[in-house]
Amino acid sequence: MGSSIVQAIIDGVLTGGVYALMAAGLTLIFGVMDIINVAQGIFVILGAYLSYSLSVHAGIDPFLGLLITIPALFVVGIGVEWGFMRRLKEGDRTAMSILVTYAVSIVIEGVLNISFTVNYVQIHAWYVNRSVHLLGFYLPYIYVFGFVMAAVLLIALYALLYRTRFGASVRASLQDRTAARLVGIDVRRVSTISFGIGVAVTAAGGMVFGATNAFNASTSYDLISRLLAIVILGGLGSMGGALVAAVFMLVLEDVVAVAWSPIWATAVFFAALVVVLSIRPAGLFGRQVARAQ
Amino acid sequence: MHGGISRRKLTAAGLGSLITAGALAGGLVASSAGAADHAVPKAASPITIGVSLSLSGDFSADGQAFQRGYQLWAKDVNRAGGLLGRPVKLDIVSDASSPTQVVTNYQKLISVNHVNLLFGPFSTLLTVPASKIAYRFGYALVEGAGGAPAVFANGLHNVFDVSLPVVDNLVQFAKWIASMPASQRPKTAAYPTSNDPFTEPQIAPAERILQNAGVKTVYSKVFPAEVTDYTPIADAVAASHAQVVVLGSVDVPTVSSFIQAFAQQHFNPKAFIATGGPDQGAAFVKAVGASNTNGVMVPNGWYPGYANASSRKMVSEYVKQYGGTASGINSDVAEAYSVGQVVAQAVTATKSLDNAKLIAYMHGNHTFSSVQGPVKFDKLGENGAAAAFAFQWQNGKFVQVLPAQDSNSVKIQYPKANWGS
Repeated sequence: MGSSIVQAIIDGVLTGGVYALMAAGLTLIFGVMDIINVAQGIFVILGAYLSYSLSVHAGIDPFLGLLITIPALFVVGIGVEWGFMRRLKEGDRTAMSILVTYAVSIVIEGVLNISFTVNYVQIHAWYVNRSVHLLGFYLPYIYVFGFVMAAVLLIALYALLYRTRFGASVRASLQDRTAARLVGIDVRRVSTISFGIGVAVTAAGGMVFGATNAFNASTSYDLISRLLAIVILGGLGSMGGALVAAVFMLVLEDVVAVAWSPIWATAVFFAALVVVLSIRPAGLFGRQVARAQ
Repeated sequence: MHGGISRRKLTAAGLGSLITAGALAGGLVASSAGAADHAVPKAASPITIGVSLSLSGDFSADGQAFQRGYQLWAKDVNRAGGLLGRPVKLDIVSDASSPTQVVTNYQKLISVNHVNLLFGPFSTLLTVPASKIAYRFGYALVEGAGGAPAVFANGLHNVFDVSLPVVDNLVQFAKWIASMPASQRPKTAAYPTSNDPFTEPQIAPAERILQNAGVKTVYSKVFPAEVTDYTPIADAVAASHAQVVVLGSVDVPTVSSFIQAFAQQHFNPKAFIATGGPDQGAAFVKAVGASNTNGVMVPNGWYPGYANASSRKMVSEYVKQYGGTASGINSDVAEAYSVGQVVAQAVTATKSLDNAKLIAYMHGNHTFSSVQGPVKFDKLGENGAAAAFAFQWQNGKFVQVLPAQDSNSVKIQYPKANWGS
């Protein structure tokens, strides 16, 4: 049992890193724009399909393919922001964003269903089913590679936000859009680029998700519910919170599944979520905390 | 596959299905009506058959396979002159895999669209509420994917399942293991299963047979329909070193996740059978990868190579219409097609569209023929004449392996080849 729990913790940490990457974009978009992007799940699946297509039709390795899919989804994000998000009024932006992004999600789902059919597919590569044996445990290459990639991208995202002039503009917009505008920051441009970045990172998360799960367009609904739970637990707007919450969620569920029963895994996580929110209504690193980071 | 449960998609029940479902359902109605033009006088008013199908959501792969099965049947029956001299027209609406939406759909089909007959939806989960609506309005609900006990537990007399009752699904497999000489018989077995009305009833009989044969249960746990990460569950099964794994699954992603984790853990059980997923033909192969299918088994009542004249005809027509290969055909297609065949025979025999007469006739100890073999309903509405088979993927082909004494069965691959071979 002891080794099974350790294996479950390893699984949880590795998978949690990938979920953190998917959730980071969601929380970034909310932090900067006060937009709850429920289309994030379908963007993940779109990223998975793009990687799948490049792999199947062009023989491009899924990780290498990110050089194409990340910019592609960045452009998609920019387009969605330009087409829909920036037209939302300041006052009811958050509420309306749920409806608008849901509509975007439906359109993309429909297009994917028509383009790829509803049959499940999965991304295959030499490392998908293989693992490395280390200290008595099998570590799947795909999860290790995915975790390393997630760490690199999250660090890059952190550096972008905290070590660049653009990042300062993002953080200023995150703290107070009106004040940022008053000091000369082009908040609209910052928002557009932030939305693009938030969507772009899903390409990476989607690729790993698509290599570890059979998926179709409808899979996005499962994803968005989990991603929302992660960002709410971590605190809306906090990327550090998203990372902690994702790892916490996956480790807790995985350990409960092994030590007790899989049937209780999700219930225990949501019980923990309720407890945390009752103590810290804004999540582990809620808005005020996040904006002070 | 009879399909099963998921509680995740309720939020997607509304607009989420419109784009795809609308396009697909619209196309279906158009093509069915078009098919009617060949052999049936245009003046004859069509017999409308209402169906709610999961054209989007969790069961979309199965729902759309069902759609093709119904569509193929409608085309065939219209080409042959229709029913009672009238063309049949399918009125299909999407339920987005939601048990709430399926209720709304059947109510609308009956009370607004005034359809003459009903065909069943996909999965036990959706058939249970659908059967209650049909019962309330006095309609017969003939279905092909609601074979779990939950469907018949309500004592309704209007629901008829043309497929194999799911509790019998794994019996052939379990008996085969139990019949092995003690020296070859596996010593241990694992039973991870989804908490689903389709999967759970299958597991208990199989476990009982194997335990009676001395096969020790080393893992037996239920997991929810919605799982964030299958890896720890599959890893725990691998850690049990079970020689037989009986997976209670409803779809391809579940099976795919277990196979991937088993391969990563270098865990190769001697036998691996999943209750649903491997029967989905090309979709299964595409998801798990061809090299991982070798030796994977699935119980069912039909496969594309089934030695039945009408099945062969249907397979041939399916390939002609939709392309691909015979072994790539989802067994849902045959289940749906069988529904149409049984209803057509009942309508023809009674010369009536009166649902009360149809219900009485189908309870009348008559034997119907279908692409899945004979259909004879017992007092509950289950198909007591259905034969149970087990199938296995062998070198890229989906073949019948059980019952072993059946002349159409080929030698079973045991022990199963290693993953990736």
